[in-house]
Amino acid sequence: MLEHDRQLLRLIEQDCRLSPQDLAIQTGLSADYIQEKIRQWEADKVIVQFRPLINWEKTGEETVSALIEVRVLPQRGVGFDKIAKRIQKFPEVKNVLLISGGYDLALLIEGRSMQEVALFVAEKLAPLEHVQSTATHFVLRRYKQDGVEFIGEDEIPQRLVVSP
Amino acid sequence: MKRYLTPTVAALQPSGIRKFFDLVSTKKNIISLGVGEPDFVTPWTIRESAIFSLEQGQTMYTSNAGLLELRQELSNYLSAHMGVRYRPEGELLITVGASEAVDLAMRALTGPGDAVLIPEPSYVSYVPCALLAGAEARYVSTSAANEFRLTVEDLEKVYTPNAKLLVLSYPNNPTGAIMRREDLLRIAEFVEAHDLLVLADEVYADLTYAAEPHTAFASLPGMRSRTLHVSSFSKSYAMTGWRVGYVAGHADILQGMLKIHQYIIMCASKMSQMAALEALRSAENAKREMIAAYDRRRRFMVDGFRQMGLDCFEPLGAFYVFPGIQRTGLSSEEFVNTLLEEENVAAVAGTAFGPSGEGHIRCSYACSLEQLEEALTRIGRFVRRRLA
Repeated sequence: MLEHDRQLLRLIEQDCRLSPQDLAIQTGLSADYIQEKIRQWEADKVIVQFRPLINWEKTGEETVSALIEVRVLPQRGVGFDKIAKRIQKFPEVKNVLLISGGYDLALLIEGRSMQEVALFVAEKLAPLEHVQSTATHFVLRRYKQDGVEFIGEDEIPQRLVVSP
Repeated sequence: MKRYLTPTVAALQPSGIRKFFDLVSTKKNIISLGVGEPDFVTPWTIRESAIFSLEQGQTMYTSNAGLLELRQELSNYLSAHMGVRYRPEGELLITVGASEAVDLAMRALTGPGDAVLIPEPSYVSYVPCALLAGAEARYVSTSAANEFRLTVEDLEKVYTPNAKLLVLSYPNNPTGAIMRREDLLRIAEFVEAHDLLVLADEVYADLTYAAEPHTAFASLPGMRSRTLHVSSFSKSYAMTGWRVGYVAGHADILQGMLKIHQYIIMCASKMSQMAALEALRSAENAKREMIAAYDRRRRFMVDGFRQMGLDCFEPLGAFYVFPGIQRTGLSSEEFVNTLLEEENVAAVAGTAFGPSGEGHIRCSYACSLEQLEEALTRIGRFVRRRLA
Protein backbone atom coordinates (compact mmCIF):
# COMPACT_ATOMS: atom_id res chain seq x y z
CA MET A 1 0.00 0.00 0.00
CA LEU A 2 1.30 3.45 -0.89
CA GLU A 3 2.12 5.76 2.00
CA HIS A 4 -0.26 8.50 0.81
CA ASP A 5 -3.09 5.95 0.51
CA ARG A 6 -2.40 4.68 4.00
CA GLN A 7 -2.54 8.25 5.31
CA LEU A 8 -5.74 8.92 3.42
CA LEU A 9 -7.39 5.86 4.89
CA ARG A 10 -6.26 6.79 8.41
CA LEU A 11 -7.71 10.26 7.93
CA ILE A 12 -11.07 8.87 6.81
CA GLU A 13 -10.98 6.47 9.74
CA GLN A 14 -10.56 9.38 12.14
CA ASP A 15 -13.25 11.55 10.58
CA CYS A 16 -15.42 10.14 7.83
CA ARG A 17 -17.26 13.43 7.43
CA LEU A 18 -14.37 14.98 5.52
CA SER A 19 -15.34 15.48 1.91
CA PRO A 20 -12.98 14.54 -0.93
CA GLN A 21 -12.37 18.29 -1.31
CA ASP A 22 -11.41 18.66 2.37
CA LEU A 23 -9.17 15.63 2.10
CA ALA A 24 -7.58 16.99 -1.07
CA ILE A 25 -6.59 20.25 0.63
CA GLN A 26 -5.08 18.45 3.58
CA THR A 27 -3.21 15.73 1.71
CA GLY A 28 -2.19 17.45 -1.52
CA LEU A 29 -3.84 14.63 -3.51
CA SER A 30 -6.49 15.51 -6.09
CA ALA A 31 -10.17 15.31 -5.14
CA ASP A 32 -10.82 13.09 -8.17
CA TYR A 33 -8.16 10.63 -7.08
CA ILE A 34 -9.57 10.54 -3.56
CA GLN A 35 -13.12 10.02 -4.79
CA GLU A 36 -12.04 7.15 -7.01
CA LYS A 37 -9.96 5.63 -4.23
CA ILE A 38 -12.87 5.73 -1.77
CA ARG A 39 -15.17 4.15 -4.33
CA GLN A 40 -12.65 1.37 -4.89
CA TRP A 41 -12.14 0.82 -1.16
CA GLU A 42 -15.85 0.58 -0.65
CA ALA A 43 -16.18 -1.92 -3.48
CA ASP A 44 -13.34 -4.01 -2.05
CA LYS A 45 -14.86 -3.78 1.45
CA VAL A 46 -11.71 -2.12 2.72
CA ILE A 47 -13.99 0.65 3.89
CA VAL A 48 -16.78 -1.39 5.42
CA GLN A 49 -19.01 1.35 6.72
CA PHE A 50 -19.01 5.08 7.48
CA ARG A 51 -20.30 5.69 10.96
CA PRO A 52 -19.78 7.71 14.10
CA LEU A 53 -18.59 6.44 17.46
CA ILE A 54 -21.39 6.92 19.97
CA ASN A 55 -21.13 6.84 23.73
CA TRP A 56 -24.60 5.47 24.53
CA GLU A 57 -24.03 5.83 28.25
CA LYS A 58 -24.29 9.57 27.81
CA THR A 59 -27.71 9.34 26.20
CA GLY A 60 -29.30 7.74 29.27
CA GLU A 61 -30.39 4.80 27.13
CA GLU A 62 -30.23 1.53 29.03
CA THR A 63 -27.85 -0.84 27.30
CA VAL A 64 -25.94 -3.75 28.70
CA SER A 65 -22.86 -5.28 27.17
CA ALA A 66 -21.06 -8.46 27.99
CA LEU A 67 -17.87 -10.11 26.90
CA ILE A 68 -18.44 -13.81 26.39
CA GLU A 69 -15.68 -16.37 26.35
CA VAL A 70 -16.72 -19.33 24.23
CA ARG A 71 -14.97 -22.66 24.07
CA VAL A 72 -15.71 -24.44 20.84
CA LEU A 73 -14.95 -27.85 19.44
CA PRO A 74 -13.32 -27.17 16.09
CA GLN A 75 -14.86 -29.08 13.21
CA ARG A 76 -12.93 -31.08 10.71
CA GLY A 77 -12.27 -29.20 7.49
CA VAL A 78 -13.75 -25.87 8.59
CA GLY A 79 -12.07 -25.27 11.95
CA PHE A 80 -13.83 -22.47 13.81
CA ASP A 81 -15.23 -20.68 10.75
CA LYS A 82 -18.52 -22.50 10.52
CA ILE A 83 -19.54 -21.93 14.11
CA ALA A 84 -18.24 -18.34 14.05
CA LYS A 85 -20.34 -17.57 10.97
CA ARG A 86 -23.37 -19.01 12.65
CA ILE A 87 -22.86 -17.02 15.83
CA GLN A 88 -22.20 -13.72 14.07
CA LYS A 89 -25.62 -13.79 12.41
CA PHE A 90 -27.36 -12.99 15.71
CA PRO A 91 -28.03 -9.24 15.87
CA GLU A 92 -27.20 -9.22 19.59
CA VAL A 93 -23.63 -10.19 18.74
CA LYS A 94 -21.57 -7.08 18.03
CA ASN A 95 -18.04 -8.51 17.83
CA VAL A 96 -16.73 -11.97 17.14
CA LEU A 97 -13.03 -12.63 17.51
CA LEU A 98 -11.10 -15.86 17.24
CA ILE A 99 -8.37 -15.70 19.81
CA SER A 100 -5.46 -17.67 21.13
CA GLY A 101 -5.18 -18.81 24.74
CA GLY A 102 -7.59 -20.35 27.21
CA TYR A 103 -10.70 -20.16 25.08
CA ASP A 104 -11.55 -19.82 21.40
CA LEU A 105 -14.08 -17.14 20.54
CA ALA A 106 -14.52 -13.81 22.28
CA LEU A 107 -17.90 -12.19 21.70
CA LEU A 108 -19.28 -8.82 22.59
CA ILE A 109 -23.01 -9.02 23.17
CA GLU A 110 -25.37 -6.10 23.58
CA GLY A 111 -28.85 -6.11 25.01
CA ARG A 112 -31.29 -3.87 26.85
CA SER A 113 -30.90 -5.64 30.19
CA MET A 114 -28.73 -8.17 31.95
CA GLN A 115 -31.58 -10.60 31.73
CA GLU A 116 -31.83 -10.20 27.99
CA VAL A 117 -28.12 -10.89 27.59
CA ALA A 118 -28.24 -13.84 30.01
CA LEU A 119 -31.21 -15.30 28.16
CA PHE A 120 -29.45 -14.95 24.85
CA VAL A 121 -26.45 -16.85 26.19
CA ALA A 122 -28.54 -19.53 27.82
CA GLU A 123 -31.02 -20.04 25.03
CA LYS A 124 -29.18 -19.24 21.82
CA LEU A 125 -25.48 -19.47 22.35
CA ALA A 126 -24.79 -22.24 24.88
CA PRO A 127 -27.04 -24.85 23.25
CA LEU A 128 -25.34 -24.50 19.87
CA GLU A 129 -23.78 -27.66 18.65
CA HIS A 130 -19.96 -27.62 19.15
CA VAL A 131 -20.14 -24.93 21.83
CA GLN A 132 -18.54 -26.56 24.84
CA SER A 133 -18.82 -23.83 27.41
CA THR A 134 -19.36 -20.10 27.85
CA ALA A 135 -18.34 -17.55 30.47
CA THR A 136 -20.13 -14.23 30.64
CA HIS A 137 -18.45 -11.04 31.84
CA PHE A 138 -20.72 -8.02 32.07
CA VAL A 139 -19.19 -4.70 31.10
CA LEU A 140 -19.34 -2.25 34.01
CA ARG A 141 -17.76 0.77 32.45
CA ARG A 142 -16.36 1.69 29.08
CA TYR A 143 -13.16 3.71 29.47
CA LYS A 144 -11.88 3.65 25.94
CA GLN A 145 -13.19 2.32 22.68
CA ASP A 146 -11.60 2.17 19.24
CA GLY A 147 -8.72 4.35 20.38
CA VAL A 148 -10.97 7.03 21.84
CA GLU A 149 -11.10 7.77 25.56
CA PHE A 150 -14.65 7.86 26.91
CA ILE A 151 -13.83 8.65 30.52
CA GLY A 152 -11.46 11.33 31.75
CA GLU A 153 -10.88 14.96 31.12
CA ASP A 154 -9.84 16.20 27.73
CA GLU A 155 -6.22 17.19 27.81
CA ILE A 156 -6.44 20.81 26.88
CA PRO A 157 -2.97 22.20 26.31
CA GLN A 158 -2.33 25.11 28.66
CA ARG A 159 -0.19 27.32 26.48
CA LEU A 160 0.83 30.93 26.61
CA VAL A 161 -1.36 32.82 24.16
CA VAL A 162 1.66 34.14 22.29
CA SER A 163 5.21 32.80 22.39
CA PRO A 164 8.25 33.10 20.15
CA MET B 1 17.22 51.49 40.25
CA LYS B 2 17.74 51.17 36.51
CA ARG B 3 21.13 52.82 36.82
CA TYR B 4 22.41 49.62 38.41
CA LEU B 5 21.82 47.61 35.26
CA THR B 6 24.82 47.07 33.05
CA PRO B 7 24.78 49.16 29.86
CA THR B 8 24.41 45.98 27.78
CA VAL B 9 21.34 44.80 29.64
CA ALA B 10 19.86 48.29 29.83
CA ALA B 11 20.20 48.67 26.06
CA LEU B 12 18.76 45.23 25.30
CA GLN B 13 15.43 45.54 23.49
CA PRO B 14 12.59 43.57 25.01
CA SER B 15 11.16 41.06 22.56
CA GLY B 16 8.46 42.51 20.30
CA ILE B 17 6.45 39.44 21.14
CA ARG B 18 6.36 40.39 24.82
CA LYS B 19 4.46 43.59 24.11
CA PHE B 20 1.98 41.80 21.89
CA PHE B 21 1.58 39.07 24.49
CA ASP B 22 0.53 41.66 27.05
CA LEU B 23 -2.01 43.06 24.61
CA VAL B 24 -3.43 39.65 23.70
CA SER B 25 -3.65 38.66 27.36
CA THR B 26 -6.20 41.41 27.96
CA LYS B 27 -8.62 39.86 25.44
CA LYS B 28 -11.06 37.01 25.86
CA ASN B 29 -12.23 34.34 23.40
CA ILE B 30 -9.38 34.84 21.02
CA ILE B 31 -8.01 32.27 18.61
CA SER B 32 -4.27 32.44 18.83
CA LEU B 33 -2.08 31.59 15.87
CA GLY B 34 0.73 33.20 17.81
CA VAL B 35 1.93 30.21 19.74
CA GLY B 36 5.41 28.90 19.00
CA GLU B 37 4.93 25.46 20.51
CA PRO B 38 3.04 22.26 19.67
CA ASP B 39 -0.62 22.00 20.66
CA PHE B 40 -0.14 18.30 21.39
CA VAL B 41 0.36 17.15 24.94
CA THR B 42 3.56 15.11 25.35
CA PRO B 43 2.90 11.50 24.24
CA TRP B 44 1.77 9.35 27.15
CA THR B 45 4.63 6.87 27.00
CA ILE B 46 7.03 9.75 27.70
CA ARG B 47 4.97 11.17 30.57
CA GLU B 48 4.47 7.73 32.05
CA SER B 49 8.18 7.06 32.02
CA ALA B 50 8.90 10.35 33.80
CA ILE B 51 6.33 9.46 36.45
CA PHE B 52 7.98 6.06 36.89
CA SER B 53 11.40 7.67 37.29
CA LEU B 54 9.97 9.81 40.10
CA GLU B 55 8.39 6.78 41.74
CA GLN B 56 11.79 5.14 41.70
CA GLY B 57 13.27 8.15 43.42
CA GLN B 58 15.44 9.23 40.51
CA THR B 59 15.62 12.77 41.74
CA MET B 60 19.34 13.51 41.94
CA TYR B 61 21.78 15.44 39.78
CA THR B 62 23.09 13.81 36.64
CA SER B 63 26.60 14.33 35.33
CA ASN B 64 27.13 17.83 33.97
CA ALA B 65 27.00 16.68 30.38
CA GLY B 66 23.74 14.83 31.02
CA LEU B 67 22.78 11.18 31.54
CA LEU B 68 25.26 9.00 29.70
CA GLU B 69 22.45 6.68 28.62
CA LEU B 70 20.65 9.60 27.02
CA ARG B 71 23.79 10.76 25.25
CA GLN B 72 24.38 7.24 23.95
CA GLU B 73 20.85 6.99 22.64
CA LEU B 74 21.14 10.47 21.16
CA SER B 75 24.40 9.57 19.48
CA ASN B 76 22.66 6.66 17.74
CA TYR B 77 19.72 8.85 16.85
CA LEU B 78 21.87 11.57 15.28
CA SER B 79 23.84 9.01 13.39
CA ALA B 80 20.68 7.42 11.98
CA HIS B 81 18.67 10.57 11.33
CA MET B 82 21.21 13.33 10.71
CA GLY B 83 24.01 11.26 9.24
CA VAL B 84 26.60 12.46 11.76
CA ARG B 85 28.13 10.33 14.50
CA TYR B 86 29.08 12.07 17.76
CA ARG B 87 30.84 10.42 20.67
CA PRO B 88 28.57 10.34 23.74
CA GLU B 89 31.59 11.25 25.87
CA GLY B 90 32.91 14.66 24.93
CA GLU B 91 30.92 15.50 21.82
CA LEU B 92 27.40 15.73 23.22
CA LEU B 93 26.00 17.97 25.94
CA ILE B 94 22.44 17.90 27.29
CA THR B 95 21.16 21.42 27.93
CA VAL B 96 18.10 23.15 29.31
CA GLY B 97 16.36 23.48 25.96
CA ALA B 98 18.09 24.54 22.77
CA SER B 99 17.94 28.07 24.22
CA GLU B 100 20.69 27.29 26.72
CA ALA B 101 22.80 25.72 23.98
CA VAL B 102 22.52 28.92 21.91
CA ASP B 103 23.62 30.99 24.89
CA LEU B 104 26.52 28.66 25.69
CA ALA B 105 27.71 28.72 22.10
CA MET B 106 27.65 32.51 21.90
CA ARG B 107 29.47 32.87 25.19
CA ALA B 108 32.04 30.18 24.54
CA LEU B 109 32.86 31.34 21.03
CA THR B 110 32.30 35.06 20.75
CA GLY B 111 33.15 38.17 22.66
CA PRO B 112 34.11 41.80 22.17
CA GLY B 113 35.51 42.37 18.69
CA ASP B 114 33.73 39.35 17.16
CA ALA B 115 30.72 39.53 14.90
CA VAL B 116 27.91 36.98 14.72
CA LEU B 117 26.05 36.73 11.41
CA ILE B 118 22.36 36.19 12.02
CA PRO B 119 20.03 35.64 9.08
CA GLU B 120 16.63 37.20 9.68
CA PRO B 121 13.70 36.87 10.07
CA SER B 122 14.63 34.35 12.72
CA TYR B 123 14.05 33.26 16.29
CA VAL B 124 14.30 36.08 18.77
CA SER B 125 17.14 34.96 21.02
CA TYR B 126 20.21 35.00 18.76
CA VAL B 127 20.79 38.75 18.79
CA PRO B 128 20.37 39.19 22.57
CA CYS B 129 22.62 36.21 23.27
CA ALA B 130 25.32 37.61 20.96
CA LEU B 131 25.05 41.02 22.61
CA LEU B 132 25.18 39.55 26.10
CA ALA B 133 28.35 37.73 25.09
CA GLY B 134 29.77 41.13 24.17
CA ALA B 135 29.83 40.36 20.45
CA GLU B 136 28.41 42.36 17.57
CA ALA B 137 25.20 40.97 16.07
CA ARG B 138 24.97 41.48 12.31
CA TYR B 139 21.65 40.78 10.67
CA VAL B 140 21.68 39.09 7.27
CA SER B 141 18.46 39.92 5.44
CA THR B 142 16.65 37.19 3.57
CA SER B 143 13.68 37.79 1.33
CA ALA B 144 10.36 36.41 0.21
CA ALA B 145 11.72 36.40 -3.36
CA ASN B 146 14.05 33.55 -2.27
CA GLU B 147 11.38 32.03 -0.05
CA PHE B 148 13.50 33.22 2.88
CA ARG B 149 16.37 30.88 2.08
CA LEU B 150 19.82 32.22 2.88
CA THR B 151 22.11 32.81 -0.08
CA VAL B 152 25.83 33.57 -0.32
CA GLU B 153 24.91 36.92 -1.91
CA ASP B 154 22.91 37.80 1.22
CA LEU B 155 25.92 36.90 3.36
CA GLU B 156 28.40 38.85 1.26
CA LYS B 157 26.40 42.03 1.73
CA VAL B 158 27.06 42.12 5.47
CA TYR B 159 30.18 40.05 5.93
CA THR B 160 33.03 41.71 7.83
CA PRO B 161 36.40 40.12 8.57
CA ASN B 162 35.63 40.03 12.29
CA ALA B 163 32.72 37.65 11.64
CA LYS B 164 33.35 34.46 13.56
CA LEU B 165 30.05 32.67 13.89
CA LEU B 166 27.16 32.16 11.51
CA VAL B 167 23.75 31.19 12.85
CA LEU B 168 21.73 28.87 10.63
CA SER B 169 18.24 28.15 11.82
CA TYR B 170 16.47 26.02 9.25
CA PRO B 171 13.74 24.84 9.13
CA ASN B 172 13.04 28.39 10.12
CA ASN B 173 10.90 30.03 12.72
CA PRO B 174 9.04 32.27 11.72
CA THR B 175 9.01 31.68 7.96
CA GLY B 176 8.76 27.89 7.71
CA ALA B 177 11.56 28.06 5.12
CA ILE B 178 13.94 25.15 4.71
CA MET B 179 17.38 24.97 3.10
CA ARG B 180 17.94 22.19 0.62
CA ARG B 181 21.21 20.33 0.45
CA GLU B 182 22.39 22.28 -2.60
CA ASP B 183 21.59 25.60 -0.87
CA LEU B 184 23.59 24.50 2.17
CA LEU B 185 26.56 23.33 0.10
CA ARG B 186 27.02 26.88 -1.20
CA ILE B 187 26.85 28.24 2.34
CA ALA B 188 29.41 25.63 3.39
CA GLU B 189 31.83 26.93 0.75
CA PHE B 190 31.39 30.43 2.12
CA VAL B 191 31.95 29.19 5.68
CA GLU B 192 35.12 27.39 4.65
CA ALA B 193 36.45 30.34 2.66
CA HIS B 194 35.95 32.74 5.58
CA ASP B 195 36.96 30.34 8.34
CA LEU B 196 33.61 30.67 10.12
CA LEU B 197 31.99 28.51 12.74
CA VAL B 198 28.32 27.63 12.42
CA LEU B 199 25.66 27.49 15.08
CA ALA B 200 23.10 25.24 13.38
CA ASP B 201 19.89 25.54 15.35
CA GLU B 202 17.93 22.66 13.88
CA VAL B 203 15.16 22.27 16.43
CA TYR B 204 12.60 21.81 13.65
CA ALA B 205 14.69 19.24 11.74
CA ASP B 206 12.07 16.53 12.19
CA LEU B 207 9.25 18.77 11.05
CA THR B 208 9.88 18.96 7.34
CA TYR B 209 7.40 18.23 4.59
CA ALA B 210 9.55 18.16 1.46
CA ALA B 211 10.23 15.00 -0.51
CA GLU B 212 13.85 14.98 0.61
CA PRO B 213 14.58 14.80 4.34
CA HIS B 214 16.29 17.57 6.27
CA THR B 215 20.03 17.94 5.68
CA ALA B 216 21.98 18.61 8.86
CA PHE B 217 24.64 21.23 8.20
CA ALA B 218 27.19 19.17 10.14
CA SER B 219 26.70 16.29 7.71
CA LEU B 220 28.13 18.27 4.79
CA PRO B 221 31.72 17.53 3.77
CA GLY B 222 34.17 19.34 6.03
CA MET B 223 31.46 20.93 8.19
CA ARG B 224 31.34 18.55 11.14
CA SER B 225 34.11 20.22 13.12
CA ARG B 226 32.97 23.75 12.23
CA THR B 227 29.39 23.16 13.27
CA LEU B 228 27.56 23.10 16.55
CA HIS B 229 24.43 21.08 15.95
CA VAL B 230 21.80 22.39 18.35
CA SER B 231 18.41 20.80 18.79
CA SER B 232 15.85 19.85 21.37
CA PHE B 233 12.99 17.55 22.23
CA SER B 234 10.52 20.42 22.43
CA LYS B 235 9.13 20.52 18.91
CA SER B 236 9.62 16.94 17.70
CA TYR B 237 8.09 15.29 20.75
CA ALA B 238 5.83 18.09 22.02
CA MET B 239 8.01 18.51 25.11
CA THR B 240 8.45 22.28 25.38
CA GLY B 241 7.82 22.50 29.11
CA TRP B 242 10.33 19.77 29.93
CA ARG B 243 13.20 21.96 28.77
CA VAL B 244 15.57 19.43 27.29
CA GLY B 245 17.88 20.33 24.44
CA TYR B 246 21.33 19.36 23.35
CA VAL B 247 24.35 20.44 21.43
CA ALA B 248 26.74 18.25 19.47
CA GLY B 249 30.07 19.33 18.10
CA HIS B 250 33.84 19.26 18.27
CA ALA B 251 35.14 18.09 21.67
CA ASP B 252 37.36 21.17 22.16
CA ILE B 253 34.41 23.52 21.76
CA LEU B 254 32.05 21.35 23.78
CA GLN B 255 34.61 21.29 26.58
CA GLY B 256 34.46 25.10 26.71
CA MET B 257 30.67 25.13 26.67
CA LEU B 258 30.58 22.46 29.35
CA LYS B 259 32.58 24.73 31.66
CA ILE B 260 29.94 27.44 31.45
CA HIS B 261 27.12 24.91 31.73
CA GLN B 262 28.55 23.28 34.86
CA TYR B 263 28.86 26.58 36.69
CA ILE B 264 25.51 28.09 35.74
CA ILE B 265 23.20 25.09 35.31
CA MET B 266 24.97 22.06 36.77
CA CYS B 267 22.79 19.72 34.75
CA ALA B 268 19.42 19.56 33.00
CA SER B 269 16.52 18.23 35.07
CA LYS B 270 16.88 14.50 35.64
CA MET B 271 13.19 13.74 35.30
CA SER B 272 13.17 15.54 31.97
CA GLN B 273 16.24 13.68 30.81
CA MET B 274 14.56 10.38 31.70
CA ALA B 275 11.56 11.50 29.66
CA ALA B 276 13.80 12.44 26.74
CA LEU B 277 15.39 9.01 26.85
CA GLU B 278 11.96 7.41 26.57
CA ALA B 279 11.12 9.78 23.71
CA LEU B 280 14.08 8.52 21.70
CA ARG B 281 13.36 4.90 22.55
CA SER B 282 9.68 4.61 21.96
CA ALA B 283 7.94 7.73 20.73
CA GLU B 284 8.87 7.47 17.07
CA ASN B 285 5.33 6.56 16.01
CA ALA B 286 3.76 9.28 18.11
CA LYS B 287 6.17 11.76 16.54
CA ARG B 288 5.32 10.61 13.05
CA GLU B 289 1.60 11.02 13.73
CA MET B 290 2.12 14.57 14.97
CA ILE B 291 4.18 15.42 11.90
CA ALA B 292 1.47 14.02 9.63
CA ALA B 293 -1.11 16.18 11.43
CA TYR B 294 1.06 19.30 11.02
CA ASP B 295 1.45 18.54 7.35
CA ARG B 296 -2.32 18.41 6.82
CA ARG B 297 -2.84 21.67 8.67
CA ARG B 298 -0.01 23.28 6.72
CA ARG B 299 -1.67 22.54 3.39
CA PHE B 300 -4.97 23.73 4.77
CA MET B 301 -3.47 27.06 5.85
CA VAL B 302 -1.53 27.72 2.65
CA ASP B 303 -4.66 26.99 0.63
CA GLY B 304 -6.71 29.30 2.87
CA PHE B 305 -4.35 32.26 2.58
CA ARG B 306 -3.99 31.86 -1.17
CA GLN B 307 -7.76 31.79 -1.54
CA MET B 308 -7.89 35.12 0.27
CA GLY B 309 -5.67 36.51 -2.45
CA LEU B 310 -2.59 36.84 -0.22
CA ASP B 311 0.89 35.83 -1.33
CA CYS B 312 1.85 32.74 0.55
CA PHE B 313 4.90 30.71 -0.41
CA GLU B 314 4.78 27.09 0.58
CA PRO B 315 6.59 26.63 3.89
CA LEU B 316 8.23 23.21 3.96
CA GLY B 317 9.32 23.13 7.58
CA ALA B 318 8.43 23.89 11.21
CA PHE B 319 4.77 24.74 11.93
CA TYR B 320 4.40 28.27 10.64
CA VAL B 321 3.05 29.93 7.55
CA PHE B 322 4.33 33.38 6.73
CA PRO B 323 1.87 34.99 4.33
CA GLY B 324 2.55 38.38 2.77
CA ILE B 325 -0.02 40.99 3.79
CA GLN B 326 1.30 43.96 1.73
CA ARG B 327 -1.84 44.02 -0.42
CA THR B 328 -3.92 45.13 2.51
CA GLY B 329 -1.89 48.33 2.71
CA LEU B 330 -1.17 47.68 6.37
CA SER B 331 2.21 47.23 8.00
CA SER B 332 2.77 43.93 9.79
CA GLU B 333 2.23 45.49 13.16
CA GLU B 334 -0.90 47.37 12.08
CA PHE B 335 -2.25 44.18 10.56
CA VAL B 336 -1.86 42.05 13.70
CA ASN B 337 -3.10 44.77 16.05
CA THR B 338 -6.19 45.52 13.96
CA LEU B 339 -6.87 41.85 13.34
CA LEU B 340 -6.80 41.24 17.07
CA GLU B 341 -9.07 44.22 17.69
CA GLU B 342 -11.63 43.46 14.99
CA GLU B 343 -11.64 39.67 14.75
CA ASN B 344 -10.09 38.35 17.97
CA VAL B 345 -7.39 36.46 16.13
CA ALA B 346 -3.79 36.71 17.29
CA ALA B 347 -0.94 36.35 14.81
CA VAL B 348 2.58 37.69 15.25
CA ALA B 349 3.99 40.54 13.15
CA GLY B 350 6.83 39.37 10.92
CA THR B 351 8.90 42.30 12.21
CA ALA B 352 9.10 40.66 15.65
CA PHE B 353 11.67 38.36 14.04
CA GLY B 354 13.73 40.97 12.19
CA PRO B 355 13.22 43.86 9.78
CA SER B 356 12.83 41.59 6.73
CA GLY B 357 9.66 40.25 8.28
CA GLU B 358 7.89 43.50 7.36
CA GLY B 359 4.90 42.82 5.13
CA HIS B 360 4.39 39.37 6.62
CA ILE B 361 2.68 37.78 9.60
CA ARG B 362 3.60 34.55 11.34
CA CYS B 363 0.72 32.16 11.77
CA SER B 364 1.37 29.00 13.74
CA TYR B 365 -0.66 26.01 12.65
CA ALA B 366 0.00 24.16 15.89
CA CYS B 367 -3.74 24.38 16.55
CA SER B 368 -6.67 22.07 15.87
CA LEU B 369 -8.12 22.11 12.36
CA GLU B 370 -11.38 23.46 13.78
CA GLN B 371 -9.55 26.43 15.26
CA LEU B 372 -7.58 26.99 12.08
CA GLU B 373 -10.76 26.90 10.04
CA GLU B 374 -12.39 29.50 12.26
CA ALA B 375 -9.24 31.64 12.26
CA LEU B 376 -9.07 31.57 8.46
CA THR B 377 -12.74 32.57 8.21
CA ARG B 378 -12.10 35.56 10.44
CA ILE B 379 -8.84 36.58 8.74
CA GLY B 380 -10.56 36.20 5.36
CA ARG B 381 -13.33 38.55 6.45
CA PHE B 382 -10.74 41.01 7.73
CA VAL B 383 -8.70 40.90 4.53
CA ARG B 384 -11.77 41.31 2.32
CA ARG B 385 -12.69 44.50 4.16
CA ARG B 386 -9.20 45.85 3.52
CA LEU B 387 -9.07 44.85 -0.14
CA ALA B 388 -12.57 46.18 -0.92
